[in-house]
Amino acid sequence: MHSDILIKNGHIIDPSQDIDVVGDILIENGKIIELRVKSSESGVKDNSKLKTQNSKLKIIDATGLSVLPGLVDMHVHLREPGFDYKETIKTGTMAAVKGGITSVCCMPNTNPVNDNETVTEFILRKTYAEGACYVYPVGAITKGQKGEELAEMGMMKDAGCVAFSDDGRPVMSSLIMRRALEYSKAFNVPVISHCEDMNLSEGGVVNEGRLSAQMGLKGIPSASEDVMVARDIILAELTGGRLHIAHVSTEGSVRLIRQAKERGVNVTAETCPHYFTITEDSVKGYNTNAKVNPPLRTQKDVEAIIKGLKDGTIDAIATDHAPHHRDEKLQEFDKAPSGISGFETALSLSLRLVYEGILTMSQLVEKMALVPARILGIDAGTLKVGFDADIAIVDMNKEFKVESEKFLSKGKNTPFEGWTLKGMPVITICKGKVYDWRIDE
Amino acid sequence: MKDLVGIKELSKGDIELILNTASSFKDILKRDIKKVPALRGKTVVNLFFEPSTRTKTSFELAEKRMSTDVLNFSVPTSSVVKGESLFDTVKTIEAYGVDFIVIRHSSSGVPHFIARNVNASVINAGDGINEHPTQALLDAFSIIEKKGSLSGLKVAIVGDILHSRVAKSDIFLLSKFGANIRLIGPPTLIPDIADRNVEVFYEMDNGLEDADVIMMLRIQIERQGRGFFPSTLEYFRNWGLDMRRLKLARKDAIVMHPGPMNRGIEISSDVADSSQSIILEQVTNGLAVRMAVMYLLSGRNEDA
Repeated sequence: MHSDILIKNGHIIDPSQDIDVVGDILIENGKIIELRVKSSESGVKDNSKLKTQNSKLKIIDATGLSVLPGLVDMHVHLREPGFDYKETIKTGTMAAVKGGITSVCCMPNTNPVNDNETVTEFILRKTYAEGACYVYPVGAITKGQKGEELAEMGMMKDAGCVAFSDDGRPVMSSLIMRRALEYSKAFNVPVISHCEDMNLSEGGVVNEGRLSAQMGLKGIPSASEDVMVARDIILAELTGGRLHIAHVSTEGSVRLIRQAKERGVNVTAETCPHYFTITEDSVKGYNTNAKVNPPLRTQKDVEAIIKGLKDGTIDAIATDHAPHHRDEKLQEFDKAPSGISGFETALSLSLRLVYEGILTMSQLVEKMALVPARILGIDAGTLKVGFDADIAIVDMNKEFKVESEKFLSKGKNTPFEGWTLKGMPVITICKGKVYDWRIDE
Repeated sequence: MKDLVGIKELSKGDIELILNTASSFKDILKRDIKKVPALRGKTVVNLFFEPSTRTKTSFELAEKRMSTDVLNFSVPTSSVVKGESLFDTVKTIEAYGVDFIVIRHSSSGVPHFIARNVNASVINAGDGINEHPTQALLDAFSIIEKKGSLSGLKVAIVGDILHSRVAKSDIFLLSKFGANIRLIGPPTLIPDIADRNVEVFYEMDNGLEDADVIMMLRIQIERQGRGFFPSTLEYFRNWGLDMRRLKLARKDAIVMHPGPMNRGIEISSDVADSSQSIILEQVTNGLAVRMAVMYLLSGRNEDA
């Protein structure tokens, strides 16, 4: 089934091997079997081992392009089972692959909730049949995500879950969160915390501040995130469990996580492109496509998050891809569901950090592939020989306009509609299949 | 201008035009025959998703005075209870060929959402905790009638600013015209509206000193017990307007209230009924202002 592929002359960026140089990659049976970098400008002289005589060999000329490990997105919503009208495993994974993402972690807030091995198995079976990329389910921390009783973490881990989270809703009980962090140690899995104090955020739909007062919208204060980040850090310290903070949106969270890391607490954190790219101003005019939870914050928060990415406080960039149906967003602002369809803009938005000199390309790949894979303990995010050939080939100079109608995701809900972005994946290789996105044009 | 969604969206010139036009309509309201044919043949739908007696009555009477055909659409009898989306409801109404949609809704931003999606003129009759622009316009009209202008006036707005769309619209309007605004109330009910024309007072006596205008807001009794204030008794003691406090303001200060009043909770009866109270005049002016808004949005002033 798999054809052999030679990616020639691309700029390979693989922080797992400290590679940031032009070279070739040979793929056989969906695995990387050889990676060869050009030691000097004269290029690779000895091509003998790269079996170019293979007549079935597909050659991809990557001259002028960047070759990265396929991205690992540790926070996504694929909506299946239960919300197929928003997204399915099939459409969601295709959209991910379009965005250069080859592994995703789907959150458990489906219907039924992924709080038992049967649902986990369903997701994996569906992925096997229809998924364009690898799907690593995240199981619920508590049964029904109700925050009351622990779900069967051990059995779900055996079935294929790589982490646990009640994402979408916080575990409000400090006692249950303590137990989750403690119990999960038996399986060496991270507990991903959606940090929101629901008493403080009650009824809120945007960031609390001057703008919410002006627009007459109920606000969610930064404190609702900060107090839970603080609580969970303290509980991680108490228990020694592996805490991962989801979608960091506030300056306060960044500060708390930085301090915790300095103390040696076992904590990691992610943020999303919208939290370091836009502010609450995007909701002006009651734009429901900019309604997201946690809400878009202020310029001060954006700057703190960028600083946190730069100094390593924030380990990973995830999309929190949250597709919704058009009709759901075409509603009263209060009623419209929160979420942004993020797969097909994430890499391009994140590349802005590279163009602005905040991160090196290698650091960006770390945050979008290598580190998330490490946190999750999955074999991905690297171009090492012997690993699956999950690869994103990116044209760093190509400019394009964000047109949600062209998204492969069913979710067209983006606040970036009409933006011109630079840098996009032009070829994605995943599960031995080559997707050449240039062909459509 | 197609719609009136909020004071925020209006320029000073727009507001002046509305107030001047309202003045002509007020003259008409003093006549024996109060109806004018200005908008004959136009259709208005009053789309009220929230219970309202006075605003709805005021709009309806203003609409009738302007000779429009009036359709009333209220929630309990509509298909909204059958699960129809707001978008579909509004599109259906538009298909009847209405010219104006007067909308009241408990969610902020709904008038903006509707205005984006229909050709009819949308008039905001109160959206969530955002704005109630015709109330602010009638308040401004009423103040100018008594005080001549807004600029430099000391206007105290007292009560639940946080949840009051009336207060928001008043603040935006008064600020545009250079009034000195004092917000008075418990810290739990005063939002972060920083503006060079706005000062915040938690202590009512200080805030009322030398005020030219005192605008009282209705306190929603449900807020008690939700952590905003402990009891109506304590509320009245700290932020209720009684005769003693009224004397702290200027002698010629006027007292306003958008209604309906809670006598004994935010305002004492003797103040409400005093000669300084212009609460009932506000009601009359509301008609003139709403007539003016419809007239200007119809564009008929430009045809003339």
